[in-house]
Amino acid sequence: MPVVDLAVTSRRDLNSRLHGLARNSNETHWRVENPQGEHSLAVGLDAPITVEIAGHAGYYCAGMNQQATVVVEGNVGVGVGENMMSGTVHVKGDASQSAGATAHGGLLVIDGNASARCGISMKGINIVVKGSIGPMSAFMAQSGTLVVLGDAGDALGDSIYEARLFVRGAVKSLGADCIEKEMRDEHREELRSLLAAAGVDDADIAAFKRYGSARTLYNFHVDNAAAY
Amino acid sequence: MCGIVGLFLKDSSLEPQLGSLLADMLETMTGRGPDSAGFAVYGSGGAGRLKLTVRGQALDSVAADIGGDVRGEVRDTHLVLSIPATEEAHVREWLASHRPDLRIIGAGERIELYKEVGLPADVARRFGLEKMSGTHGIGHTRMATESAVTTDGAHPFSTGADQCLVHNGSLSNHRSLRRMLEPKGIAFATDNDSEVAAGYLSWKLQEGATLATALQDSLSDLDGFFTFVIGTESGFAVLRDPISCKPAVMAETDQYVAFGSEYRALVGLPGIEKARVFEPEPARVYVWERN
Repeated sequence: MPVVDLAVTSRRDLNSRLHGLARNSNETHWRVENPQGEHSLAVGLDAPITVEIAGHAGYYCAGMNQQATVVVEGNVGVGVGENMMSGTVHVKGDASQSAGATAHGGLLVIDGNASARCGISMKGINIVVKGSIGPMSAFMAQSGTLVVLGDAGDALGDSIYEARLFVRGAVKSLGADCIEKEMRDEHREELRSLLAAAGVDDADIAAFKRYGSARTLYNFHVDNAAAY
Repeated sequence: MCGIVGLFLKDSSLEPQLGSLLADMLETMTGRGPDSAGFAVYGSGGAGRLKLTVRGQALDSVAADIGGDVRGEVRDTHLVLSIPATEEAHVREWLASHRPDLRIIGAGERIELYKEVGLPADVARRFGLEKMSGTHGIGHTRMATESAVTTDGAHPFSTGADQCLVHNGSLSNHRSLRRMLEPKGIAFATDNDSEVAAGYLSWKLQEGATLATALQDSLSDLDGFFTFVIGTESGFAVLRDPISCKPAVMAETDQYVAFGSEYRALVGLPGIEKARVFEPEPARVYVWERN
């Protein structure tokens, strides 16, 4: 297993080694030591490999990920998994702002809390946060699913399109055009499978509420002007 | 952008290391602000004495020229005067009349404040931050947005005894706040928006507010983006605007509370691997006080 020690190797070297992996490489399991909160670790990966980061990471960790599994054994800074296309990012600590922003696919699991704007403009990613999320989360979320086992901050799902939000705890407030929706069997099934994928098998599905778009702001109507 | 760091020690055995820890934190934040840097350190004070941090040139003879029981220590472009507290008005008058070229940038029982244009590591080295000791300190690396790249525009800003503030962000109503504060006796030395935030807090504290209530009130009176780290003689506080526009991360152990704009700034702290690392919530006042 390749081990890259960032105390002696630069972040740029790490990323270029990961980018340079040959198709079908046998080096499928990497370990990164001494990350020390460095930014842009394991960004732009496009190979079915696993990268373990042994500590806290900085901004944009695992951004633009495709195929890879990135595990962070600590906290991450702003924009973890930003614009991810596929693969899995698993943060064992807390995440800062804009986790999973604009991401089109894949699974982002955060064992701790995520702060403001989690899932902002998400476009197909699935996000499971085992703790709580901050304000303005899922702002302009377009598709994908955000599951929160804890609480949500102010203005959840403001100006949301078709993303689905499941929250077990309290929601401080809902943003413009976001409403609570009925939980049907198909939603329970989706929630169950996402929780399983995130390694949660003991959560009571009935305790979750579903939120989504009321679809009143899709087309501009002057009567809705105040709601924007 | 700007970078902010702060370190508040709970464990007095770390006090001799305060300066070296803070210097490392400051240097790590160079990428967020290479224009200027500054820091305030709360060191030892003498009973009945006051420290005035004075900035300017030709500082060597100032203490002797003032005369009386005035002692001075020159560090590069800054001079820290130690004076009997009862002499404050006299010394300020003397400086105004004899040395109008000098500027008093900090005053209090324990605060010393240093700031200059240039890279953070150079600024820290010029003032010998590494060898300073104290109970708490805050620092700032500036990427100028709201006013010129001058030493005046560098942080921290101190507008009251033993008070100082560093700011990452920009305030949109600082002009109107300044017009409100000036008639109340809060004087400003620069056009910087962050100085207005410091002045606002000084005014609230003068009016009898606690640090916590002053910060709570600022949430409704200040408009704009901010992450503040504030020092007082015995306290250390953190506040972010309601949408947490600017980044912040904190670490707490039995030995200290530390603040950084990025986690990278905290990696050199002792025991950081076991610290509780968390992101301060928006619009929530965090205050720590020394026993």
